[in-house]
Amino acid sequence: MTKRQLSRRHFIAGAAGVGIAGAAAVAVTRHPVARAAAKGAHFSPAALAEGGKGTLVLIALYGGNDGENTVIPFHDPAYLGGRPTLGYQPNEVIALDNDLALHPSLKGLKSLWDAKQLAIVRGVGYPSPTHSHFRGMDIWQSAVPDRDEITGWIGRWIDTTVGKDPLLTLSLGPTLPKVVTGAKATGAALPAGTLALPGGGRLDAPFTALESAVAGGDLAARIAQSGSDLLTVIHSVKDVLATQPAGSGSTSLEVAPPDSTTTVTTGPTKAQAQAQRGLAGQLDTIGRLIKGGLPTRVYVVAMGGFDTHVTEKANHATLMADLDAGITGFVKAMAADPKGKDVVVMTFSEFGRRVAQNASGGTDHGTAAPLFVAGPGIKGGFYGDQPSLTDLDQGDLRFTTDFRSVYATVADRVLGVDPRALLDGQSFPALGFV
Amino acid sequence: MIGSDRSTVAHLLRRTGFGPTAAEVDAAAAKGYDAVVAALFEPTAADPADSTPPPAFAAYTPGGQRNLTPEQRRALNQQRVAEFGALQSWWLHRMITTERPFREKLTFLWHGHFATSFEKVRRADAMYRQNQLFRTMGLGNFEDLTQAVAKDPAMLVWLDAGTDKKAHPNENFARELMELFVLGLGAYSEDDVREAARAFTGWYLNPRTDAWAIQPNQHDGGLKTVLGQTGPWGGEQVIHIAVNHPASAPFVTARLWSHLAYPVAPNDPVVADLAPAFARDHDIGALVRRMLLDDRFVAPAARGGLVKQPVEWMIGTLRVLGLPATGPRVLAGLRQLGQVPFEPPNVGGWPQNEYWLSTASSLARLNIAAALATAADLSAIRAVSPSGRVDAVAHLLSVEWSAHTASSLQPVAANERELVALALVAPEFVLA
Repeated sequence: MTKRQLSRRHFIAGAAGVGIAGAAAVAVTRHPVARAAAKGAHFSPAALAEGGKGTLVLIALYGGNDGENTVIPFHDPAYLGGRPTLGYQPNEVIALDNDLALHPSLKGLKSLWDAKQLAIVRGVGYPSPTHSHFRGMDIWQSAVPDRDEITGWIGRWIDTTVGKDPLLTLSLGPTLPKVVTGAKATGAALPAGTLALPGGGRLDAPFTALESAVAGGDLAARIAQSGSDLLTVIHSVKDVLATQPAGSGSTSLEVAPPDSTTTVTTGPTKAQAQAQRGLAGQLDTIGRLIKGGLPTRVYVVAMGGFDTHVTEKANHATLMADLDAGITGFVKAMAADPKGKDVVVMTFSEFGRRVAQNASGGTDHGTAAPLFVAGPGIKGGFYGDQPSLTDLDQGDLRFTTDFRSVYATVADRVLGVDPRALLDGQSFPALGFV
Repeated sequence: MIGSDRSTVAHLLRRTGFGPTAAEVDAAAAKGYDAVVAALFEPTAADPADSTPPPAFAAYTPGGQRNLTPEQRRALNQQRVAEFGALQSWWLHRMITTERPFREKLTFLWHGHFATSFEKVRRADAMYRQNQLFRTMGLGNFEDLTQAVAKDPAMLVWLDAGTDKKAHPNENFARELMELFVLGLGAYSEDDVREAARAFTGWYLNPRTDAWAIQPNQHDGGLKTVLGQTGPWGGEQVIHIAVNHPASAPFVTARLWSHLAYPVAPNDPVVADLAPAFARDHDIGALVRRMLLDDRFVAPAARGGLVKQPVEWMIGTLRVLGLPATGPRVLAGLRQLGQVPFEPPNVGGWPQNEYWLSTASSLARLNIAAALATAADLSAIRAVSPSGRVDAVAHLLSVEWSAHTASSLQPVAANERELVALALVAPEFVLA
């Protein structure tokens, strides 16, 4: 136990004023694994080799990532034909084989590709695709394309693990994405900003007391449970982070709230919020949580800005560079750590974009697109067929790989759950990248 | 007859409004439960909230995006977003200041039922128009309401009217009408959806008049069989058939009871008791009045049966603390809590209860509560001696603390801001 934790606990107990509240602060708020992690204990790493014991990191790319300028069919005349100024010339791209290349900014992903730690699933989509951001993200997160479904595909897994650990899934950001929303329970969410209760520590003990020891399964008890789960998440995450040195791009989740004479902590400063929005910072935090032994099996992070209708070339290059730095740094860090061997990163976006550029130097909403799966233990290479750039459906690519095949593979090989339980009882062919 | 004790009338006022002040609970208790219910349905004098006009909306120019430069497009988008922010603040302000909170509550309920989002509609003026429709028709006839909502611009945009061509019927509206608005899953078949979609072909938003119209050459005038009835149906007739289908009244009754009392399925006994009269008259006001006068509405299952939605929690908090809707934490806070007016997550509206109980929302609630408690004038609480403050806050919030909550709050009673912040996140106040 570090000195800082000792002093914090001491402070909690001291501030409580009553013994019961102080005891509760210690008793209910520490996850056993986090407790052991804080003591420096070691955990046997989960094993993909055993099947279904890995950790999944989902990166949601909001706005509709341009697939044709991410994995580039650089020798197809229809590519530069449709994108005379937006397209990249063959000498600009990072070739993977004779047909396909990575965007010039994806240098790190090329090194993962060479190490067989990057899989590219091509032409991913679903029947009767939507062009709505809103509906598209709903579909990708629910994995139910043909009706409105309130639960997410990971959320339905949370529902099956009742009795559950509040740390089973963890999304970074202020709101809970649909993907980890279940019908009976939701995943934990690490809010943006300071990972601490307001009040500079003074509310910790009374809040702990307030949210503890409400018996029964009624709604009042569930409200209290969400509060005590919050304390578990805060303390477990902080304890684990305290054992792991921060990388340069790390988020400031573990920063203590500023001392204040008032009760209020109004949330993150602008600079903090900025840093937390960066993908690399978020992934660095997740990497530290994994290395520190947090038992979380699914992490969710988001990155925005992919709706590149206008002047796409420069904007998209910046996004690709951020994505490249984030994923590459993370996978390399995971490969170097015994607890990181079975971590699988997967990107997804609500849709790809049109083959042809528009009049504003950008692209409009499309359909199918490639996605990345990366990790130390995956089987790198191409999966799924490359869609034709000329046999289009009203200007849109025709998908070749159902996104639920990707999910089914991940559910089976990474999470260790029967994919049919998460996919409306349907079966989809596995892809073999894990 | 239902009792008129403070606790019971506070429950009635919470469920038919956005969180009463202590003075409002006192007045209602004096008036009596039945009289308070009766007053909800009486047309009253002007509402002070009506004196705040809606924001001014720039004239809508159909297809206006097409020939714009990137700069013009950005400017138009900024203007739309600004109008939308003003509209959101306007509605929140109404919820706080209205003397007819029941009307706003029903407006909010129908907004969740016929869920339509600015995210796709992208027109604040159309969202306002739909909102007014819920406000003026929300206690009227359910078929009239459904017919009006179906032809209103916001819904036409939301569910892709205009892409519904004779050769390629778009099933979007027909499906949501049956699944979410009128019947519920299981009461209809895929064939019913396909046939109903044919009846809605040609419906579109006429860009010149900005009103519903039919493109005759895109309408399929042939025979359709919808829910067992065959005819050359148009959209209005399909709505009529659906609203009069035996599954409709139990479905709508269950939805209303679920939002006012506690979640039930259409086969619940309480629905069986309440739905038959509604099946005959489609009178929403009469149905809701029977609900509020039903013993089960005030039973323990109802009192502990709903978690406050974020909008209810936020507005209730602002009302008891005497704070305006313009505070910096209000809209941002609602976004953190996951419920922003005019932005339901999808056409299914907002889920209930457990959905609002994530770890992130637990922290967001506490952060917002702390910010609002700091902004509020709490001199009335400070004037009470620390030993009496926990009770004083219970009175302020019109709740009754459990022994556990009271003993948890007592250690912070010396600091009235910390006390109020914690009280606002206590299970008793987070329950609706």
